[in-house]
Amino acid sequence: MSVPVNSSHQWVELYADYLYSYALSRVHDVDLARDLVQETFLAALEQPEKFEGRSSERTWLTAILKNKIIDVYRKRSRAKEIMSSLDDLITVETDFFEQGNGHWKAGHKPQLFGMESFDPLSNKEFNGILKKCMLKLPSLWLAVFTMKYLDDEGTDAICAALKISSANFWVIIHRSKVNLRACLQKNWI
Amino acid sequence: MKQPNQLERIKIAYNCRKATYLIEKKHLSKINLVEAMELKMHLAGCSVCRLFEQQSIMVDRMVRLLFHDQEEVHPKLDDVFKKALQKRIDEQVKKS
Repeated sequence: MSVPVNSSHQWVELYADYLYSYALSRVHDVDLARDLVQETFLAALEQPEKFEGRSSERTWLTAILKNKIIDVYRKRSRAKEIMSSLDDLITVETDFFEQGNGHWKAGHKPQLFGMESFDPLSNKEFNGILKKCMLKLPSLWLAVFTMKYLDDEGTDAICAALKISSANFWVIIHRSKVNLRACLQKNWI
Repeated sequence: MKQPNQLERIKIAYNCRKATYLIEKKHLSKINLVEAMELKMHLAGCSVCRLFEQQSIMVDRMVRLLFHDQEEVHPKLDDVFKKALQKRIDEQVKKS
């Protein structure tokens, strides 16, 4: 019998919380994160030969989980989501900027947040608003965002995993940031 | 050809949508020389986009911090779920 099967009686104790935390910060959904942890262990049992002791057991399990998370991203962004995501892109286009000349629309010009007197990074309230604003992003955008800002993945890797073009990647980043900034302004000032 | 080119330049110089797009690209990756010139020209004359850039950099820092703070919290699974999960793994091992 190979290593992972031998130690599988300790898996939950050793790795479950770590994997759960890893999943939760990437899918932002408690129930889904729990399911993913379970699926990861069950998938690992079915492919013990892939472990072969080349990496640590935790690294191996995390790699399986990571693939499952990307599957979630893909599923979420398929079909209906893609349509609404594209609709959102167009809405942003005309919501924030004039259609012809690309000027900021009057009501959407960035204004000072009025937080110059304190460090927003250590402000709990501001962080709470930021989190809420992020979760409002369409799921494909949030997936792109998470891969870029949490895992610092390269653009090519993100595009390949989520099956989007690099042009789309930049459009999504731009729209996400314009939206996020606007959401912060709206909820803070 | 010269005139539409120039017109095109002027258009870009006043196009905030394009400028904010280039700001995002610049900070996460890189933009080419022509784009960098266009952006510089735009920002020289547009205080709104200068503010956008400042805030965009701040939002970037905050988003990164927020993600990493979340990881630091180390949320845990409850014991009932864990027990059931280990049981399921053990049963699966027995079966195979």
